[in-house]
Amino acid sequence: MNIVTDNKWIGQRTIRPDGMDKVTGRAQFAADTSMPGMIWGKILRSPHSHARIRSIDTSRAEKLPGVKAVVTSNDIVDFPIEKGAVMLGIQDMRWMCRNVLARDKVLFPGHPVAAVAATTEEIAAEACKLIEVDYEVLPWSIEIEDAVKPDAPILHEFNKWEGKPSNIMGHIEHKRGDLAEGFKQADIIVERSFTTRPVHQGYIEPHACLISVAPDGKTTIWSSSQGQFMVRAMTSMLTGIPQSDIRAIPAEIGGGFGGKTIVYLEPIATMLAKKSGRPVKMVMTREEVMRATGPTSGSKCTVKIGAKKDGTIVAAHGIFYLQAGAFPGSPIRGAAGCSFTPYDIPNLLSEGFDVCSNRSKVAAYRAPGAPIGAYAVECVIDEVAETLKVDPLDFRLKNAAREGTKAAHGPTFPRIGYIETVEAAKASSHYATPLGGNQGKSQGRGVASGFWFNAGGESSAQVNITEDGNVVVTTGHPDIGGSRAGIANICAELLGIDYRRVSVIIGDTQTIGFSNLTGGSRVLFASSMVVTQSAEKVIQTLRERAAKIWNIDPDAVKWEQGAAHPVSPNAGQFEPLTLRELAEKAPAMGGPIGAGVQLNTQGADGGFGTHVCDVEVDTELGIARVIRYTAVQDVGRAIHPGYVEGQLQGGVSQGIGWALNEEYIYTKDGKVDNPGFLDYRMPVCSDLPMIDCIMIEVPNPKHPQGVKGVGEVPLVPVMAAVANAISNALGLRFYSLPMSPPKISAALDASVKQAAE
Amino acid sequence: MAKIHVTTTVNGEPAEYLCEPNETMLDALRGPLGLTGSKEGCSSGDCGACSITVDDRLVCSCLMLAAEAEGHEIGTIEGLAQGDKLHPLQQKFLEHAALQCGICTSGMLVASDALLRKNPNPSEEEVRFWLAGNLCRCTGYDKIVRAVLETASEMREAAQ
Repeated sequence: MNIVTDNKWIGQRTIRPDGMDKVTGRAQFAADTSMPGMIWGKILRSPHSHARIRSIDTSRAEKLPGVKAVVTSNDIVDFPIEKGAVMLGIQDMRWMCRNVLARDKVLFPGHPVAAVAATTEEIAAEACKLIEVDYEVLPWSIEIEDAVKPDAPILHEFNKWEGKPSNIMGHIEHKRGDLAEGFKQADIIVERSFTTRPVHQGYIEPHACLISVAPDGKTTIWSSSQGQFMVRAMTSMLTGIPQSDIRAIPAEIGGGFGGKTIVYLEPIATMLAKKSGRPVKMVMTREEVMRATGPTSGSKCTVKIGAKKDGTIVAAHGIFYLQAGAFPGSPIRGAAGCSFTPYDIPNLLSEGFDVCSNRSKVAAYRAPGAPIGAYAVECVIDEVAETLKVDPLDFRLKNAAREGTKAAHGPTFPRIGYIETVEAAKASSHYATPLGGNQGKSQGRGVASGFWFNAGGESSAQVNITEDGNVVVTTGHPDIGGSRAGIANICAELLGIDYRRVSVIIGDTQTIGFSNLTGGSRVLFASSMVVTQSAEKVIQTLRERAAKIWNIDPDAVKWEQGAAHPVSPNAGQFEPLTLRELAEKAPAMGGPIGAGVQLNTQGADGGFGTHVCDVEVDTELGIARVIRYTAVQDVGRAIHPGYVEGQLQGGVSQGIGWALNEEYIYTKDGKVDNPGFLDYRMPVCSDLPMIDCIMIEVPNPKHPQGVKGVGEVPLVPVMAAVANAISNALGLRFYSLPMSPPKISAALDASVKQAAE
Repeated sequence: MAKIHVTTTVNGEPAEYLCEPNETMLDALRGPLGLTGSKEGCSSGDCGACSITVDDRLVCSCLMLAAEAEGHEIGTIEGLAQGDKLHPLQQKFLEHAALQCGICTSGMLVASDALLRKNPNPSEEEVRFWLAGNLCRCTGYDKIVRAVLETASEMREAAQ
C-alpha cells in the first residue's frame, strides 16, 4: 500500500469537531438528558462479600407512595451456567446477567440485588431500604493468595481446577523453545515476585443512562459507553427486546479507559421503564462507581530471566496470577501475551491464571493486563542489566524484537518500530541530561518498554455530500479522546477541502451500521479505513458526474484540490467543477451523493513504546515525585499529533498514579475503604511534571494512512519506569505497588536498621 | 416541607428558582436552571467538575446549598463566552487539544478563569496548584497547563 506523506490536513493540529460544544458546556453527556415524565432509578446493593440469596421481598417497597416499579433478577433474562458460554465479544452473558443483578448469590459488597424506580431519587432510595433480602452469609476471600488456598471459599461451585472445586477459572500459556535448556545456557538468572493492587479506571463521569420504553416495546437509550452497539446487544440479550427495537444513542462519554465496555445500568433501567411505563433515569454515585464497576485486577506475578555475560537473554519464565473479581475474565491474555514481546527470547514460557474472588467484576483498563505483566518483566530486565553492568537501553537494543522475530503469542513481526523507540529514548535530551539532586532528596532515572496488541474489527461509516457541497461523516464509535478530529483530517485530505467543511458525528445504533467497541486502540485505525473507502466511492461518483457534464470518459477526470479536472489537456478543455458545483447539480445528474462502507478491518499491527522517567525521593517523608518524563512511541502515523500526544500523556499520568498512589484498600470485613476521590488518590495537576512525547512514525503498511493504535501502549511501561527510577535513586528495589510514602519510608527505615546492625 | 424560593443572578441575568433545603447549587443549576454544563463527578468536592464562581470566588457547586445563592452572583461555564465570542481560555483549550473526553473541561475553564482574574501572571507551579482541585483523567494536565499559561501571556499582551 502506498502511503502518501505529503499532506495538507493529515498531521495538522486542527480544531476538533466537538470542541466548541465541550468548551462552552453544551456537550450532552450521559446524565445531561431529561424527558417529560421522567422518573428515577436506584439500586439496592449487597452489604455482604459473599452470601446466598434465600429470598427477596419487595412488597413493602412497592407500596411506598411514589414508587412506580421494582425489579430483581427475575426480570432479567437468565443464562444458565450449565448450558455453557454465550459470548458477546469477550463477555460471557452468563456472568453479565449475574453481574447486572445477582441471581442465586451475591459475590461482592455492592453487587446489585434489586432496583426501584420512583418519582424522585429520594423516594427510590427510601424504597430500596424497604426491600427485605434474606441472606445466608458465606465465607469470602479477596486476595489472590487467599482465593487459591485449598480450603478457600468457592465462588462458582461448578468450576474445577485439577479436578477439584477452585477459584482458578482459566489458564493461558505461550511457549517458545525449551525453557530448561535455555536456563542452562544462562550465566546469570534473576527471579523476582511482584504484587500489584486493583486500580480503578477513574473516569470522571459516573455511569448514567436515561431510557424510555414505549408501550409497543420501542426502546430508546441515552447512555455513555464505549459502544452503543454493545449497549444495544447486551440490553437486548438481558431484557429479551429485539435489537431492531432498541435505539441506543451514544451520549458524549466522560472517560472510559476500558471501564465502559460493559453494561451495568441499561438493562435494569430498561426493565424499570418497561414496567413503569415512564422514562427512567439512573446515575451512579462516585461510591457506586468505586464499589461496583471496574477496577482492573490486582496481581501476583513471578518473573525469571536468564542471560549470558554478553547480554543475550536466553530464557524467560513469567507466571501471572490476575484477580478477576466476582466473575471470570481477568486480562491474562494481555499479561501473558504482551509482557515479553519487545524481546526476542529463544526459550520462553509465559503463563496466566484467572482467579475469582469476592470483589467487583474486573473491567478492561487500558491495554488490559499488559501493564501488570510489563511491570514485573521490565523490573527484572532492569535488574539483569544492572547485574551485567550494561546500560538498560543498550540491553534492550541487544535483545530487541524486530522484523522477522516470532512473538511467543503467535505472529512473526512485520516491520515494527520497537528499536526506533529505544534509539530515540537513548538519543533524547532527557537521557543525555545528568540527574541533579537536592538536600535530603535522591534523584534517580529509570527506563522501561511496553507492547500492546492493538485491534481491528468491525466498523461502519457513511460519507454524505450535503446539498450545499459540504461533508457529513457518520461513524459508529464513541469518540473518547479526539477520534472525530482525526477523521475530519483524513476526510478533508482525501476530498481536498478545508477540514472545517467536514462535520463528523457519531451515529446511533439505528442510523449507522454495526461498529464494534471503542477499545483495543482500534477506533482511528478501523474508522479511517471505512471512511477512506467511503470517501473514495464519493470521489468516484464525483468524477462520474463531472464526466457526464463534460461528456467525456470518467477515467479522463481526476479529483484534486476539492474539484474535478480533466486528467490532461487531451481529455478536453474544461473549467474545474468544484464539490459545491457538483453538489448543486446533483439532483439533475443522478441524485444525492454519498457512500457507506462496512468492514471487518484487518491489519492492526501492535504498538511499542519506551519511556524514560526521573524521580526525586524525599527520604525524610518517603514521597517519590516524578520530575521529568519522556514517552517515546511508534505511533504509525500521527493523523492529529495533538490528540496522539494526549494519549501518551494521559496514559503516562494514569501509570504514575498506579505506580505511586492508587490502590483499592479493603476493610477487615471485605468492603472497599476508599470509594471516593479523596482517599483513592489519582494524580492531580500539582503531582505531575510536563510529559514529553517523542512520536516515531513507522507507518503501518496495511493501513491507507499508516495508522497504528496509540491509546493503550502508553500505560504499559510506566509503573516499571517509575519503579526502576526509584530503585536507581535509593539503591533499593520495590516489588509491590503502589510505591506510596508509607512503603518507601518503611523500606528506607529497614535499610537504615540493617546497616546499623 | 415547603420549597425555598431563591432570587439570584446567574451569568449576569436575574434568575429565580425553587429548591429543597437539602439540594445543592449543582442540583439547582442542572435541574430548574437547566444549565448542565456543570458536571457531577463525585459530589464530595474532590473532582472540581462542578466548579462555579460565587461573587468571583471559585466554589464546588456540589458543596454549596442551592438556597445559599440568594442575593449572590453565580458564574458558570455557560457564561464564559460573550455571545458567539469565546473567552481566550476556551479558544486556547481548543488550539492546544487541552481536552479529550471533555467532562472536566467546564470546571477546568471556570477554575482557570478564576485564577487569571486573581493572578494574570501565574507561574507553572501556581497554575498546577490552583488547578489541583480539578481532576482530569485523560490529558495528564500537560496541555491544560500550557493552554492556561499561554492564554495568560496573550491576555497580558492584549491588556498593554
